[in-house]
Amino acid sequence: MRALRWHGKKDIRCDNHVPDPSIEDPRDAIVKVSSCAICGSDLHLYDGFMPGMTHGDIMGHEFMGEVMEVGSANKKLKVGDRVVVPFTISCGECDQCRRGNFSVCERSNRNAKLADKLFGHTTAGLFGYTQLTGGYDGGQAEFVRVPFADVGPVVVPEGMTDEQALFLGDIFPTGWQAAVQCDIQRTDTVAIWGAGPVGQFTIRSAILLGAEQVICIDNVPERLSMARAGGAITINFDEESVVERLSELTKGKGPEKCIDAVGMESHAARSIDAMYDRIKQATFMETGRPHVLREMMYVCRPGGTLSIPGVYGGLLDKLPFGAAMNKSLTFRMGQTHVQRWADDLLKRIQDGQIDPSFVITHTAKLEDGPDLYKTFRDKHDGCVKVVLKP
Amino acid sequence: MQRKSSREYRTNHAAHKAARSLGWLSIGLGVAELLMPRALASTVGLPGRAGLLRLYGLREIATGVGLLMTDKPAPWIYARIGGDALDLATLGVAAQRGNEPVNTAIALGGVAAIAAADLACARGLGKEKQLVTVYDYSDRSGFSEPAEKMRGRAAAGDGSINDAPQVSGMQAADRETAKRP
Repeated sequence: MRALRWHGKKDIRCDNHVPDPSIEDPRDAIVKVSSCAICGSDLHLYDGFMPGMTHGDIMGHEFMGEVMEVGSANKKLKVGDRVVVPFTISCGECDQCRRGNFSVCERSNRNAKLADKLFGHTTAGLFGYTQLTGGYDGGQAEFVRVPFADVGPVVVPEGMTDEQALFLGDIFPTGWQAAVQCDIQRTDTVAIWGAGPVGQFTIRSAILLGAEQVICIDNVPERLSMARAGGAITINFDEESVVERLSELTKGKGPEKCIDAVGMESHAARSIDAMYDRIKQATFMETGRPHVLREMMYVCRPGGTLSIPGVYGGLLDKLPFGAAMNKSLTFRMGQTHVQRWADDLLKRIQDGQIDPSFVITHTAKLEDGPDLYKTFRDKHDGCVKVVLKP
Repeated sequence: MQRKSSREYRTNHAAHKAARSLGWLSIGLGVAELLMPRALASTVGLPGRAGLLRLYGLREIATGVGLLMTDKPAPWIYARIGGDALDLATLGVAAQRGNEPVNTAIALGGVAAIAAADLACARGLGKEKQLVTVYDYSDRSGFSEPAEKMRGRAAAGDGSINDAPQVSGMQAADRETAKRP
C-alpha cells in the first residue's frame, strides 16, 4: 500500500510498497482509509520536536474509512461499515477507561515501560504518534489496523459526508473538550490562543456552550477571518498588545477562561521570552516554547481556569507559577478523551448545529501530502486544514 | 467549499517591529560610541581613532532616530546596512594591524550578527512590495445560523455546562463496555 512515512526531521515521503496491515488481535479491524487529515500536532513530529519517532513510522492520526476486515471477537463492527476512528486507542475495560479517561488508557500503549520512564505513568496508545505512545502505524495510508476496534470507532450514518464526519476523530472533540473543561458560564469571557483548526473548533464550542464573549488571538489574517466568522472577537498580536487589548475587552478584569490551542511551538517570535525559548530549544535545554502559557497565566482573571488542548512533550522553563498559584488558577489539560464526546458531537452535526467541513481549505491526493505538510506548517496559501484522499 | 480570494499588498508587521528594535539598538550603540570613543577604539584595536568612532556614533544615532520616526523604514535599514559594511571594513583594518586580535575578532562577529539582522529585516520589508493572494474565510462560520443565534445552543437551563447533555465519565464507559460480552 501507499503511506506517508517519517524519514527524519522535515522529511516525510509518500512511500509505495509499504506492507499492508493485518489483524493481529481478535478485537482488531482493518480500515480502508477514504479521508485523512494533517493535524497541527503532526507538525511537532515533522519539525522534530517530539522524541520517539523512528525511521519509517507511518504518520497520521485523523482518518476515517470503510471496514474491510474484523477480528473474531469484534462484535461492534462489520465489514462495509463506514467509521471515523478516534486518535486515542482505548481498551474500554481498564480502570481509566471505565472512568471515562480514555486518553490515559492503561492497556493500549505497547511501549508502556518507555512512557512510564518519561512521564511517570503510561498514557494511551495513539495512532502515528511516536514510539512513546505505542508506535502504532498511522492513518495517512491506504489501510490501517485499528486495535480495540470494538471501542473507539464511530459508525458514520448514511448521508453524512467524509468532510462532515472526519474531524470527530480528533480536532472537533479536542476543541469541545477544551471548552467543556473550562466549565463555561454565560457571563464568561473565553480567550483562545491560536486560530488553527483546534482553535476554530474551540471558538465554536465556546459559543455553543454559551460564553458571553469569545476572543481569539493569532497573527494569520485568513485564520482570524475564519475566527470572526465563528463569532470571536480577534486580536492580531502583530498589530496590538494582547495584554492591553484583553484588559480593555474585559474592563480590566481579565478573561475568566483561557485556552491554549497552540502548544509547544508558539510563534510569537518577536517577544523577548520567545527569543529566549528559541535559543534554549535549539540547544536542547528546553523542549517547548511556552510563550502562550506564560501569557495566559499573566492575563487570566484570578480564580479563572486555564485549559490546555495544545500539545507539550517535555520540559518548559520560566513559567510564572507564582502568579498562577497566588491568583488561584485552575489548570485543565490532556489529550482528548475522544470516545467520551464523539457520539454527542455526531448528534450535533446531524442536528445541524455545526458543519465541521468549514475548516477544510485544502483537499488533495495522498502523494501530495509531503508538500502540504510544508504548506500547512508555513501557513502558506491560506492553509488552515488539509484533507488527503488516499 | 470554494475559497474567496483577492490579490493585495500585505504589511509585514514582523519586519516593522524588527526595524524599531534595530532603531533602538542603533541609538544605544551610537550613544556608547559618542560617550566613550577612546576606550572603545583601543578595545577593538584602533588606538588613536576616537574621532572616527565619534563620527560612527553620530551615524548610528541618525539612522536609529530615522528608524523610530518613520512609517517607511526600508531606506533607513539600507542606510544601516551601508554602515555595517563600513564598520566591517574598519574592523578589517584593525584586524590587519593586529593590536587586539581577540577583541577585534569578537567585534567583527558582533557586527556581522547585526548586519545579518539588518539584511533579514530588509528582506522582510522587501516582501511588502510583492502582491500576495489573501483568502477571505468570513463566510465559514460552520453554523447553520449566524453565530450570535448559536450562542448557548448546546447549553440548557441557566447555561451551566452541567446542563449540557454530555456523555462522560462512567456513563460513557458503561456505554462502551455494555456492548461487549
